[in-house]
Amino acid sequence: MTATAERLFEGADWDFPKLQRIHDACEEIAKGELGLDTYPNQIEIITAEQMLDAYSSAGMPLFYKHWSFGKHFAHHEAFYRKGLKGLAYEIVINSSPCISYLMEENTATMQTLVIAHAAFGHNHFFKNNYLFRQWTDANGILDYLDFAKSYVAQCEERHGRLAVEVTLDAAHALMSHGIDRYPGKKNLDLRAEEKRAKERRAHEQSMFNDLWRTVPTGPVKSAELLSSERRRKLLGLPQENILYFLEKTAPRLQPWQREILRIVRHIAQYFYPQTQTKVMNEGTATYVHYRIMNRLHQQGRLSDGNFLEFLQSHTNVVFQPDFDDPRFSDFNPYALGFAIMQDIERIVTRPDDEDREWFGEIAGSGDVMGVLRNVWANYRDESFISQFLSPRLIRSWRLFHLHDDPEEAAGIKVDAIHDARGYRRIRRELARQYDVGYIDPNIEVVDVDLAGDRRLMLRHVVVKGAQLNETDAKRVLQHLADLWTYDVSLVEVDAKDTVLKEYVVSPRTLAIAA
Amino acid sequence: MFIVDRRLNPGSKSLENRQRFLRRAKALVQGAVKKTSEGRDIKDVLEGGEVSIPLDGMHEPRFRTEGGTRDRVLPGNKKFVEGDILPRPDGGRGGRGSQPGEGDSEDDFRFVLSRDEFVDLFLDDLELPDLAKRSLAEAESEGLQRAGYSTSGSPANISISRTVQLALARRVALRRPRPQTIAQLEAELESCEDEVRRAELIAEIEALKAKAKRIPFIDPIDIRFRRFETVPKPVAQAVMFCLMDVSGSMSEHMKDLAKRFYMLLYVFLTRRYRHVEIVFIRHTDRAEEVDEETFFRGPASGGTLVSSALQAMSDIVRSRFRPADWNIYAAQASDGDNSIADSALTGRLLTDQILPVSQFFAYLEVGEASGSSFEMPDSSLWTLYQRLRTDGHPLSMRKVNERSQIFPVFHDLFQRRRNQEKAAP
Repeated sequence: MTATAERLFEGADWDFPKLQRIHDACEEIAKGELGLDTYPNQIEIITAEQMLDAYSSAGMPLFYKHWSFGKHFAHHEAFYRKGLKGLAYEIVINSSPCISYLMEENTATMQTLVIAHAAFGHNHFFKNNYLFRQWTDANGILDYLDFAKSYVAQCEERHGRLAVEVTLDAAHALMSHGIDRYPGKKNLDLRAEEKRAKERRAHEQSMFNDLWRTVPTGPVKSAELLSSERRRKLLGLPQENILYFLEKTAPRLQPWQREILRIVRHIAQYFYPQTQTKVMNEGTATYVHYRIMNRLHQQGRLSDGNFLEFLQSHTNVVFQPDFDDPRFSDFNPYALGFAIMQDIERIVTRPDDEDREWFGEIAGSGDVMGVLRNVWANYRDESFISQFLSPRLIRSWRLFHLHDDPEEAAGIKVDAIHDARGYRRIRRELARQYDVGYIDPNIEVVDVDLAGDRRLMLRHVVVKGAQLNETDAKRVLQHLADLWTYDVSLVEVDAKDTVLKEYVVSPRTLAIAA
Repeated sequence: MFIVDRRLNPGSKSLENRQRFLRRAKALVQGAVKKTSEGRDIKDVLEGGEVSIPLDGMHEPRFRTEGGTRDRVLPGNKKFVEGDILPRPDGGRGGRGSQPGEGDSEDDFRFVLSRDEFVDLFLDDLELPDLAKRSLAEAESEGLQRAGYSTSGSPANISISRTVQLALARRVALRRPRPQTIAQLEAELESCEDEVRRAELIAEIEALKAKAKRIPFIDPIDIRFRRFETVPKPVAQAVMFCLMDVSGSMSEHMKDLAKRFYMLLYVFLTRRYRHVEIVFIRHTDRAEEVDEETFFRGPASGGTLVSSALQAMSDIVRSRFRPADWNIYAAQASDGDNSIADSALTGRLLTDQILPVSQFFAYLEVGEASGSSFEMPDSSLWTLYQRLRTDGHPLSMRKVNERSQIFPVFHDLFQRRRNQEKAAP
């Protein structure tokens, strides 16, 4: 390749026209050569302090107020002040237009890298991956957050800050169990959701007539009539979305409390795809920025010096320490995702016999971007790893699998290493590490004792002997009982239905909901 | 594509969340603040800084699992082959999950407080006891406060800048000819030969001059006066007498303790009350009123006559602070040594002159670090004050021998009390 275009910038300084040029150059490559399909971009320049602000509210530009965000802010700030932690170069939000926050102190090279990474890599992934398409509504999220913020503020005005805080605390504790894991019939549309909430309130207000209270309701159906099965069907049990269940059926919640549970539930659902696609998301963005930066350098738009600066930070980003390295904490999602995607590129263009045997469909097909776009659109971390982690990569990373059974006194067993017997087992185990089905405890609402004391019954199916942390479980159940306002019980059972442990918690006070 | 520069947006979006967090964690943070301040040097006590609180109280619980059989894939195998058994690292990961919940709540949560946050928490719930008992009722003085501008008022209150500003605006609006314009035309007239043109110029100059005369440089309607409003100001006048023994019997350690106490008192009074006078008196066998700098840093030594300080205080009260108008407080620090002969005089001064006019009298006895205050025989001053207190005089007495006791004692003396409660003896 020859230098066909003039340099985008010289040195380290950037200004707004330069950012525009950088963005246009990246877009040209992303759309023209990589065939990416993105939301329109909005790039926002922020300071370090604003970055810290964004950190504390899950990266979102606006959020309702809650003390826990203040806690996170204080925590991040202390670490940052001490120099223990750097700040991210960027934060990108899955919305349309796709908002990327860039730090003001980045150099021009870093801004180029970050624009390529966030505004094209992440952006394409958000727009095309099936999980995001299924679960999130990029057009509506900012409006919905705005609604959530003002709604919570209104509730605080009307019902007092303490009451709202108690409700939010409880909802946050149950947030990880406020998610629909399987798509239902309806499409999630946050904007319509917000409108519906408004209409519902207006309707209730206009229909209010005190007379209705005095109308006789007829004889109460006897408890025998409601057989257990019918009851469970009426309540939609078993239900793993605990927040949804509370919102719909908790007997003594105020309407505004139900609305708050709903808000927390929707936000949890919005973030659900992100937890399942960390490796892929970061891998995609890293792969895209790597391609774009290389191309810019080839075209002569990036000087050699700037390119070296890029290579240095890119290398830092995709650095994966070994397990015995003091810096090791876990797999670096950037490194893992990028490595697998580069491996796919190799398999598609220069396959060897092993690749043909393992990846018959894509080996040698030649269309790298076509294959990758398909991968980005249709996989999540778990399926991505279990499909595309190649033997060659297992060898070069020297992956091995440890099996730690507490019953085994001798120690931890090395179950598989990078050899022919081990490839598939390692791949399966690594994929399982990223499977939310294994990570999140499987807890369901199974029944309500309607005839008796209205006890809410939950059940945790223990997988591989991993029981709940007792202190935390008690606290969460306390929150749950406060919302339910009657006793709550949780049993932990193993695969053979043996009861391992049982918790029963009574609500602290009735005053909160009354 | 849009580029938005957000740098100028108002920062501290998290401020409110942070305040909520602090409010929620108030008890914990307050404890931490007090603990941190104990170890600090006296000047840095209120500088803000990092505190750590037990995470337990601010825990956000989640359902999470632990223990059980664990499978992990790791990178960087060096020498393991399939079937190897590795010994478990002691207490490391892979340990038995038999003690759930242990160790996860002991982690400390560290964060940085700003100076103001620190001081507020530090001095929260402290106040001067019985303040404003006597003077608030009658002594509501009128204070003046700026309240914009008015068109009438006393000449002393003319606001020049505002007046000139208005005059300028009016002159511009009415197109008053500028003196330069007239001067320019006159200069042109000087050098002009053409008769017709001269006549024109003269006419124009005349017109301009007439206009300038019609439109005055400053008109009475331009004049503005600074306006003041009177606001009633409740006066809670208070004076704190700090009496410190600096005689030879006070060791460095004792002086340090006393100074720490007064430093706290000083910070507390200056931060919390705007109208509190502080009088520093130090004494050996003679007493002198000194300024703050000398009080805290000046060296002195000599014999001990406690009555001298009390006499000095009494004199100052008589000359400067009428007991009818002032709330009078005193805090005395000493090692308790006093000559026997002086005891009677001290007691008399206190009972006859000082205690009747004081709202609150605190006595702090400082001791050596090694000795416990309970083993030492009571000092002469302590015995004397003890007797006065049993006679029903409003005296508060505390003993201190360690740095770490200073804040608790201080807090104890000045903590906020409900109305009916008197200062604790």
